[in-house]
Amino acid sequence: MSIKKSPWIIHYDCSSCNGCDIEMLACLTPMYDLERFGIVNTGNPKHADVFIVTGTVNTQNIPVVKQIYNQMPNPKVVIAVGICAATGGIFRGCYNVVGGLDHVIPVDMYVPGCAARPEAIIDGIMKSIDILAEKQAALDEGVVPEEICGGYIYEGEHDEHGTLITDEDADAAEEEQDVGATPDQEEQE
Amino acid sequence: MDNALVIFFGADRVLFVFFGTEVYMTHLIGAVLYIVLAPFAGGLIAGLDRKVTAQMQGRHGPPILQPFYDVAKLLGKEKITVSNGQDFYVMCSLVFMVISGAFFFAGSNLLMTIFTLTAGSIFLVLAGYASNSPYAQLGAEREMLQIMSYEPMILLSAVGFYMATGSFNVGDIVTSGRFVFPYLAGMFAGYVFVLIIKMRKSPFDLSMSHHAHQELVKGLTTEFSGRTLALSEIIHWYENVFLLGFVFIFFANGEPRFIVLGVLVALVCYFVIVFIDNSFARMKWQFTLKSAWMVTLVFGGGNLFVLYYLRAVFQV
Ligand code: SF4
Repeated sequence: MSIKKSPWIIHYDCSSCNGCDIEMLACLTPMYDLERFGIVNTGNPKHADVFIVTGTVNTQNIPVVKQIYNQMPNPKVVIAVGICAATGGIFRGCYNVVGGLDHVIPVDMYVPGCAARPEAIIDGIMKSIDILAEKQAALDEGVVPEEICGGYIYEGEHDEHGTLITDEDADAAEEEQDVGATPDQEEQE
Repeated sequence: MDNALVIFFGADRVLFVFFGTEVYMTHLIGAVLYIVLAPFAGGLIAGLDRKVTAQMQGRHGPPILQPFYDVAKLLGKEKITVSNGQDFYVMCSLVFMVISGAFFFAGSNLLMTIFTLTAGSIFLVLAGYASNSPYAQLGAEREMLQIMSYEPMILLSAVGFYMATGSFNVGDIVTSGRFVFPYLAGMFAGYVFVLIIKMRKSPFDLSMSHHAHQELVKGLTTEFSGRTLALSEIIHWYENVFLLGFVFIFFANGEPRFIVLGVLVALVCYFVIVFIDNSFARMKWQFTLKSAWMVTLVFGGGNLFVLYYLRAVFQV
């Protein structure tokens, strides 16, 4: 399958110490040469098949991550590189850190390490290519993209734990307020 | 060789008359061969390009067949398009590109070929303008600038061919029996210079780039994805084969050894362009425009003047 031979990547560095970002770029240098596998660093979500995220996802960059994810055509895979992207890492618990990329978009592969070594990153990409091929095969058989690749990710508000505040949540919160308000109003009357 | 062609395909038979021009079997064979084989040749050239580039940078590089894998993958991707006009324009661009190349390899009129080529490029610019993305729009603007830069030189070389051989027809030029390169050396130098602009190689890869300088993301092709992007790749393949074919006619005159020479020089030119691509940073658009017109004036205009002089004084 040709998608296995030409996975194009887009790389987004959320924040943190940028160690994983540098290691990711090291993969493209003559030393490691990702392009020998047909991998191109596109910098354009519309051309990419593999979304590589490094660093901690925080409330500031959640919309960016989601937008890149939504703009990528199916089939696509997401790789969380480094422990920051996987769980929040040493920044876990900070006031704005949501604790892992998988709170925001579906993740297919985690590459551990602080910082993740280029060898590990290349290994992760090569393994994710198999997932990519599986998804392509499923799509070719007529499975709807939402079932395997995750559908459109709603670009809404998040609470402090990174959980999406859905319309239902908002309604429920409003109702609670209403319920709380009623006795006071009665008293006043 | 010619006789074999005649016996095999009835090459000397007039098939039909197209706008007052008799279309021979050989013309049709040339056009069909181009339409069928150019994508393969163009893809291979693109693969070699990437391999050689990687080697120049001390990398191992992708397999030679990589461009084919890329296009096959893109054809299978989900269709996301922000404006339907975009896909239509890219399709038009491909059609005009193929027609232009087919005219050329059928041995038809050089001027008509060049004008059709321009139509193809303009449709690509329209595809860039079709979406509201600022990157694509800026890419389209720069692509127009590039067209403005290379167009005069390519047109002038067509005029040069007319002065040297007495015909605008590619068929007549390549069978003229006259080695025109010494008469058109300046044109050749100018053409190879604008070839860098036309092929969007550094230092003139303003509108889109395959390198990592990404201030425009992917410029003109930013909003293309999947099938549309694959088509734009295929357009490049057709285009490159045609452009190298243009180098070829500077040398071909019907004799086998000059045909071999023409193919070799075309490949060497491509190698030199890849080398320049790897050793220069991107220039500003002002430099692109000025340098291209300067080269056109000095090499193209100068050469034309010399040809005119030779004709007037020595009747050659
Ligand atoms: S995982 Fe470690 S090296 Fe990587 S971004 Fe986080 S803190 Fe930096």
